[in-house]
Amino acid sequence: MSVADHAPPFANRTDKRMWFERIPAVWWAVAAVLLLLPIVANSFWLFQVMGWTFILGMIGLSLMFLAGYGGMVSLLQMSIAGMAGYMVAILGPSGAAVSLGLPWWIVLPAAFVIAAIFATLSGALAVRTDGIYTIMITLAIAAAFFYFTRQNYSIFNGYSGFNLVLPPKLFGVNWRDPVPFYYLSLACAALCYGAVVYIARSPFGLALQGVRDNPRRMAALGFNVTAHRVAAYALASIFASTGGILLVWQNAQIAPGTIGISAAIDVLVVAVVGGLRRPLGPFIGAFIYVLLQVFSADTLGFFGFSADRFKLIIGIGFLAVVLFSPDGVLALWDRWRARTAARKAAETGGGP
Amino acid sequence: MDKFIARYPFWSLIIVLLVAVFLWLVLASWPPELVASWGRKQIFLNGLIGGITLGALYFLVAAGFTLIFGLMRVVNLAHGSLFLIGGYVGYEIAVASDSWLLAFPIVFVVVAIIGLLMQHFIFSKMEGEELRQTLVSIGLSIVFADLMLWWWGGQSYSILAPQFLQGPVQLPIVNTVNEATGAVTWLRYPAVRIWILAAAIVIGVAMWLVLNRTALGMLIRAGVDDREMLAASGVRVQLLFLIVFGFGAGLAGIAGIVGATFQSLSPGEDTRFLLSSLVVVIVGGMGSIVGAALGALIIGVAEQMGFLYAPTYSVVFTFLIMAAVLAFRPQGLLGTRR
Repeated sequence: MSVADHAPPFANRTDKRMWFERIPAVWWAVAAVLLLLPIVANSFWLFQVMGWTFILGMIGLSLMFLAGYGGMVSLLQMSIAGMAGYMVAILGPSGAAVSLGLPWWIVLPAAFVIAAIFATLSGALAVRTDGIYTIMITLAIAAAFFYFTRQNYSIFNGYSGFNLVLPPKLFGVNWRDPVPFYYLSLACAALCYGAVVYIARSPFGLALQGVRDNPRRMAALGFNVTAHRVAAYALASIFASTGGILLVWQNAQIAPGTIGISAAIDVLVVAVVGGLRRPLGPFIGAFIYVLLQVFSADTLGFFGFSADRFKLIIGIGFLAVVLFSPDGVLALWDRWRARTAARKAAETGGGP
Repeated sequence: MDKFIARYPFWSLIIVLLVAVFLWLVLASWPPELVASWGRKQIFLNGLIGGITLGALYFLVAAGFTLIFGLMRVVNLAHGSLFLIGGYVGYEIAVASDSWLLAFPIVFVVVAIIGLLMQHFIFSKMEGEELRQTLVSIGLSIVFADLMLWWWGGQSYSILAPQFLQGPVQLPIVNTVNEATGAVTWLRYPAVRIWILAAAIVIGVAMWLVLNRTALGMLIRAGVDDREMLAASGVRVQLLFLIVFGFGAGLAGIAGIVGATFQSLSPGEDTRFLLSSLVVVIVGGMGSIVGAALGALIIGVAEQMGFLYAPTYSVVFTFLIMAAVLAFRPQGLLGTRR
């Protein structure tokens, strides 16, 4: 994994075209399709399929940011999203008596800040180790948080969690209606995506990638390796928190099951299946995951299996991806493009 | 030992004091004031011995985990699945053959073969790629978990201990002394748990002996320290890996029977025991058998004591212990820094 692999396709500084001319046409087409989707799609697709894709994608994006640019595979991101979601439920209004019922303009910043503090503290523990140790420690922290929320009734309302957590009715719009929620989650996902692309090219992002590739050299150059890694956890918490808050609003509830071990592993599955090298990967992975889950009943029924075997399909698919294409679906696509380009070059007789 | 006392006289004193207080708590009959503030002595003793026997179970799971990690650098996150498979298969055998003891050797062999297949067909193909091995083992654990849910369903199973192990045994520990008559009641505890503890100690000591006193153990220790050098000096490292992987998996399998006898088995126990062994080896130090024993003891006792005295925060105790160890000794209590 070198830095060059991660350079966005339109980061060429010598290119004198305007910024919007440098964005490939495919991206404009994708943007147009996403913006115009509510005209054709029904509310189930908008709310359940696409809304969930964006949410899962954002949480996966925060993992991709840490793993792809920082080299730290964290299983903590679902817990951070859950922490933000829980804070929205605890500080804001909900159906449970424990909630404080504060207004949204206090609740939302507080949720982000508390989740960021949680991420920074856990990150400070996790960055003391590297590689597989990080996976083990973040998994252990995530499990501790899950069991704690399940047993603590005074703050986290224990096993039952919170229900009736609804988004505030800003500007007279019910943000939980399918179309507004679709645009809300789309906008958040686009913002997070843009932020990751921007940060990856910023001095901080480049230093982080340097730390990933050769921490000793970066330390010798005067960079504070630990501080960069902890800062990456803090930054990634913003994307995870955005996803977590939207997740609570979409489900209108949060309970320990939302942040359980299997949910934490699902985020890893999503990010790895999509591809950990580019910010687009988690969204593609999330889309595949959501499609599989939503339509597993019909598909499995077609092959004569019970719909409960959804996890088996996910597990086998995940195994296939890690066994045959460690960099996810996006890498398969890259390989296919490289092969067709090579074939075309051979046909025209020109160089590569 | 002498060196330690000479180097840290203050800490030695504290440790001696703590051990003395602990021994007094266990052996003496509690005065009424202590009973008033801490509850009856029996609760304390039950928590303590429950913790030690739970630690024995954790040790059986974590020892294989840490051995596989130490030698092969594979964080086999499907280790919890091996535990659960062992428990379910053990249940089937115990029910079919009506013999609890027979289940142990069969399960050991069956789960060891599963482990061998995993190592031979998957992990050996991606040697050195730690992240990929971890991801693959996560994928395997998802698949195993769903296959087991398919086959054994969502209900919980527990294995009955055989007749000769049922009921309590009397331990040479004073429970209460009757003030008026001076009659002593001794602590009674489920026999099967005491026997499992003894078996875990025997297995642990045997593993230590094999590792430290035999040629095979020498090879394994050499592999832990420098895998490449061992391979270069002509040892069939792949065969060694297979032996260790099979043994570690088999150990997890028989731990599954023990788990089903102590408590019960249901979907989700695989992740629970995977996590407990993660915490145990993080605390004890990865790749160290003695570390796994120490970590299992600490975590088991902390969990049971926390469960008795502060049920809400019992999980957090385990976590705080892990965080404290990481903060002061990131390599674990008995781990070596590489």
